[in-house]
Amino acid sequence: MMRSRPFTFSDPMRARNLADAIAILAPVDQVRIVHVCGTHEMTITQNGLRRFLPESIDVLEGPGCPVCVTSTRDIDAAVRLAEAGVTVCTYGDMTRVPGTRITLEEARSAGGDVRTVLSAEEAVRIAREIDGDVTFFAVGFETTTPMTAAILLDGPPDNLSILLSHKLIPPALAALSDLPDTHIDGYLAPGHVSTIIGTRPYRPLAERYRVPVVVGGFEPLDVLYAIALILRQIRDRKPSVENGYPRAVSEGGNTRAQALVKAVFTPGDGVWRGIGTIPSSGLTFRESFARFDARERFAIEGEEGEQVIPGCRCPDVLTARAVPSDCPLFRTRCTPLTPVGPCMVGAEGACSIWFRYGGRPQL
Amino acid sequence: MSREIDRVTPLHGAGGELMDRLLREHVIGRFAERNTGRIGLSALDDGATVDVPDRGELVVTTDSHVVKPVRFPGGDIGRLAAAGTINDLAVMGARPLALTLGLILEVGFPLGELDEILASFAAVLDEVDVPLICGDTKVMGKGELDRIAINTTGIGVAATTDGRAIGDASFSVGDRVLVTGTIGDHGMALMACREEFRLQTTLESDVAPLWPILEPVVRAGVVVAMKDPTRGGLASALNDMARKSGTCIEIVEDTIPVRPEAQGLSDLLGISPLEVANEGKAILVVRAAAVDRVLTSLRVHPLGANAVCIGEVTGEYPRRVILDTGVGGRRFLEMPLGDPVPRIC
Amino acid sequence: MCLAAPAKVVAIDGQRATVDYQGIVTPVRLDALAEPVEVGDYVLVHTGFAIRRLCADDAEETLRLFDELAHSLDEPPGDDEPPRDA
Repeated sequence: MMRSRPFTFSDPMRARNLADAIAILAPVDQVRIVHVCGTHEMTITQNGLRRFLPESIDVLEGPGCPVCVTSTRDIDAAVRLAEAGVTVCTYGDMTRVPGTRITLEEARSAGGDVRTVLSAEEAVRIAREIDGDVTFFAVGFETTTPMTAAILLDGPPDNLSILLSHKLIPPALAALSDLPDTHIDGYLAPGHVSTIIGTRPYRPLAERYRVPVVVGGFEPLDVLYAIALILRQIRDRKPSVENGYPRAVSEGGNTRAQALVKAVFTPGDGVWRGIGTIPSSGLTFRESFARFDARERFAIEGEEGEQVIPGCRCPDVLTARAVPSDCPLFRTRCTPLTPVGPCMVGAEGACSIWFRYGGRPQL
Repeated sequence: MSREIDRVTPLHGAGGELMDRLLREHVIGRFAERNTGRIGLSALDDGATVDVPDRGELVVTTDSHVVKPVRFPGGDIGRLAAAGTINDLAVMGARPLALTLGLILEVGFPLGELDEILASFAAVLDEVDVPLICGDTKVMGKGELDRIAINTTGIGVAATTDGRAIGDASFSVGDRVLVTGTIGDHGMALMACREEFRLQTTLESDVAPLWPILEPVVRAGVVVAMKDPTRGGLASALNDMARKSGTCIEIVEDTIPVRPEAQGLSDLLGISPLEVANEGKAILVVRAAAVDRVLTSLRVHPLGANAVCIGEVTGEYPRRVILDTGVGGRRFLEMPLGDPVPRIC
Repeated sequence: MCLAAPAKVVAIDGQRATVDYQGIVTPVRLDALAEPVEVGDYVLVHTGFAIRRLCADDAEETLRLFDELAHSLDEPPGDDEPPRDA
């Protein structure tokens, strides 16, 4: 009854071969590779992959946790909706992220109807079951935006609205490269975001910043392979966009899913916790779907500005300028049971993952 | 903005870090260490021992059960209550002698359903030939209790060669760690039957009394330590054992048996089979030389068919558990914060 | 957010399908999937929607890519030749 399932890529011999390749390709200088996907960080920590990397290679999670990068303004808006009597449907970890005043969980304790859901479809089911207003807090990157679009194209009940907080990855990567002190030598691009958007959207990034961008999958060997490809590009001084996950990603991406998104949404400014406003990194409603916009329907807005938590280094962790163990609160005051910042609350936050599965190899 | 915890939260019941803290700070400290035997309150073992002069050690254990749903694939709260208490005795090396049964029922609970639960309870007792000797019944008003809660107390007598109960921490470097079968079945089965997932599966809870497969190895005197990995799963139990013993436990991921459906659900939901409850499995620590004998004995019975050695006790990182990952990496297997499945047992 | 596991398609009904994760069976939507699927194919599923069809050939191709990269960095041929004066 050994675990074996289709499309598993984790045999130790190939891992060893790829580790050897990485050792040969690694330059003498420090290399910083940044990824933007909690699932990549999970694969790395749960499998102990950092043990296969030479000391000079750093792989770190940037703004890869959609819940963690949700602005306090959006959280405050959700809280206001709950306080106004709207049933707010959201992902579990979202309920515990601190806003300016309180969390959604605290709003629930104070009498608000805040429900944990696993998908946008579940929010639609709830809207069909009850008479009152139901808002779905739509958080997530491009893997998830087609699903929100699909349920709106279905013709959902009138009492459903969407608090739109989706974010787009390629503009965020450019913003990271623009920040001082991030020193990014290569990007490990998210596999399933890329299944939807393809590899083409990363080209301006590679060209403008002369940085390798390799799309990677989520099996242990996929990640080692993508790292090796990044290092090869660095060695050859030929940065480009490379598809390290061809079984799930094509150059043009999933055009059908893209069409769903285009039918309902158009890019707009996105506000990223820890980074600020990034142009064209969010979504706004097209006119024909604007009636589902919770912000318009209920005329709510959150407090302006981002709440700063004293001592918390989440903004640095989210921008790949620090790792969780660099934060003095990590494991001391800040734990998943007593979280201080969003990176410890979000299931895909670097701090939450490092706490639960270890981070840098301590072995 | 860290919030101090000053009231009970769901995580307190989840069998992980927070519950441990609750017990140590609020319960253990208060009750003076007056033991009736070797293994007492502060050991937080599966049960406690009572010295009977010139007769050996009695073992006592108590459990409350609030599982939801009351009936689940593979069993119900009655089977769970009986097997759970039998197993707490069994993993202390004690032959079960008798059980008690405390029932708390919400007004409106159907008597027909109560009969089915009691029949399941009785069936487990028949399997191991153990009597129910006393109990208590309470009724609470509609809405004051979520349907039913059950408390069971079990009494057993140490059946080892030296008459001493088996704890969960008296092992040393070089000893081997075994499990009696597939890991994560109960927790994953309960997760799968949650309505909102809309899943169909044949995955069932493994709830079963273990005395039949543990009795031979207990009587043979070859078991050094035992524990049953209920709430919080294998990860919680192993961390508990490592912390109490002061040693390091190193396990090999690829040797841990997991049913394909449990793995499938794990892939789908992102929940590890190592962190969810088991209700028909035991962890055994035995001397290296005894491994083959013990495995042969366990595998005779269907409940032990997948028994296997999953690791060993080392001195590398005291009080920690190391996981050798399938791909060839290494990491700590941390104490989980709780069981990700609520109301698991 | 990228959590998407491969599942086998066991039944199709228009734009909906039933998939199987090693014995866990669940419904999925196909309206976000760009490729046609048949019963027996594997799909990547994210929050109840199939987003990509996977083929068995893809698995072999993936392994080939890993091996190709690893071997491309092996020592150049000639080092294994026996010494001249054997």
